Amino acid sequence: MDVKKKIRPAVRRINCKYITAAVRDLFIEANTDLGADVIFALQDSLTKEESPVGKQVLEKIIENADIAFRNKLPVCQDTGLAVVFIELGQDAHIIGGDLRLSVEEGVREAYADGFLRKSVCDPLSRKNTGDNTPAIIHVEVVPGNRLKIIAMPKGGGSENMSTACMLTPSAGIEGIKQVVLERVLQAGANPCPPIIVGVGIGGSLEQACILAKKALLRPTGEENRKDERLAQMEKELLNNINKSGIGPAGLGGRITALAVNLEMMPCHIASLPVAVNIQCHVARHKETII
Amino acid sequence: MKTPRQIKTPLTDEVITSLNAGDMVLLSGQIYTARDVAHRRLYEALDKGDALPIDLKTAVIFYAAPTPTPPGRIIGSVGPTTSYRMDAFTPRLIESGLRGMIGKGDRSQEVKAAIKKYKAVYFGAIGGIAALTSQCIRKVELVAYEELGPEAIRKITIVDMPLIVVNDVRGNDIYYTARNRWRVKC
Repeated sequence: MDVKKKIRPAVRRINCKYITAAVRDLFIEANTDLGADVIFALQDSLTKEESPVGKQVLEKIIENADIAFRNKLPVCQDTGLAVVFIELGQDAHIIGGDLRLSVEEGVREAYADGFLRKSVCDPLSRKNTGDNTPAIIHVEVVPGNRLKIIAMPKGGGSENMSTACMLTPSAGIEGIKQVVLERVLQAGANPCPPIIVGVGIGGSLEQACILAKKALLRPTGEENRKDERLAQMEKELLNNINKSGIGPAGLGGRITALAVNLEMMPCHIASLPVAVNIQCHVARHKETII
Repeated sequence: MKTPRQIKTPLTDEVITSLNAGDMVLLSGQIYTARDVAHRRLYEALDKGDALPIDLKTAVIFYAAPTPTPPGRIIGSVGPTTSYRMDAFTPRLIESGLRGMIGKGDRSQEVKAAIKKYKAVYFGAIGGIAALTSQCIRKVELVAYEELGPEAIRKITIVDMPLIVVNDVRGNDIYYTARNRWRVKC
């Protein structure tokens, strides 16, 4: 045997029932237990907020997260559209059922067992589907034999304030910044500030949107570590957004956003796609690896 | 900061005209929850001259849809949804007697004008603190449109719900004034 040959991980079997159980638990946990990174960012912003009303709002947001956790209650009544990111190892073999159906079943169980609100409806008749499915499932095949699941309940109010546009290459960095800033200023109090702003730059129309959503999964307060230009833009945008005066709950103040997260990939020579995905302060996501 | 003022439903003309944008209040009494689809239905019922499932006269509507009630609790988590989605229907409801609205975010010029003309008030609640807000609720009663699930109209009894007056009868708007006050002018 050639010892230099790369050792590939053995094919591993993953039973669907574990996927369902994991998705169920993640959505209940995400809805009742706000991440430590968000709590830390809120506490930090409390030291920077100058508006008395703004401070009061931030204190209530922190108190609410604590009450929700202790009483196993949803942090927000909008327990979201169930967005699921799956990284499927190419050497993992799903057995015992269908991957997507097992995720949907996990969502169904979470929203029933966890007393979470069912917020999904037919777009035209507006009839509720009754179990918060279908979920929005993004599957990516990656090396390895494991399966990573990220559960992200996404609220409608902040999603409504999001946007995507196709800029011309001549718009450049200034054009990107303008899109982000204008969107946040127009959104005002609507998306429950302090917000987190996810921005996707490049790719195609749909890829920019996925990048923007993925940007929201980054731990709050962590800058882009892959590209210094993006880290710089993040800092500048956050600074400018917090000059807007919108403040916590839109009632005036210095803290309108907790973070601006940029993700980027190359795009067509003719295009400059930009997507802005707004996230409220109830920034929920939990993950696990099977 | 001033101590919040305690007010009760039904809101009288006297109380409504005494409220100023930016006032902190603690609201008690009975209010209704209604949002997107329920608003459309109320609006269409008014258009057709049908009887409404709730008495709009002196009513306060909370733009909200709670999470399901876990065993042993009065209600799940509940908080305001974004109000602008109700703007298309609101002036008509105000004209028909609606006195108060609880939500979050800016209203349209038409809604603000109706608030002025018919003496109503728009209160802002803090979004995303639904576990905390649910503690103000003492009683929940399903009133109409049960098939809408979370979006059904419920009559809820609240005690000391903390709110801020956003739009008053004089045309003031706290989101606008607060934002201007705290904006860093470049």
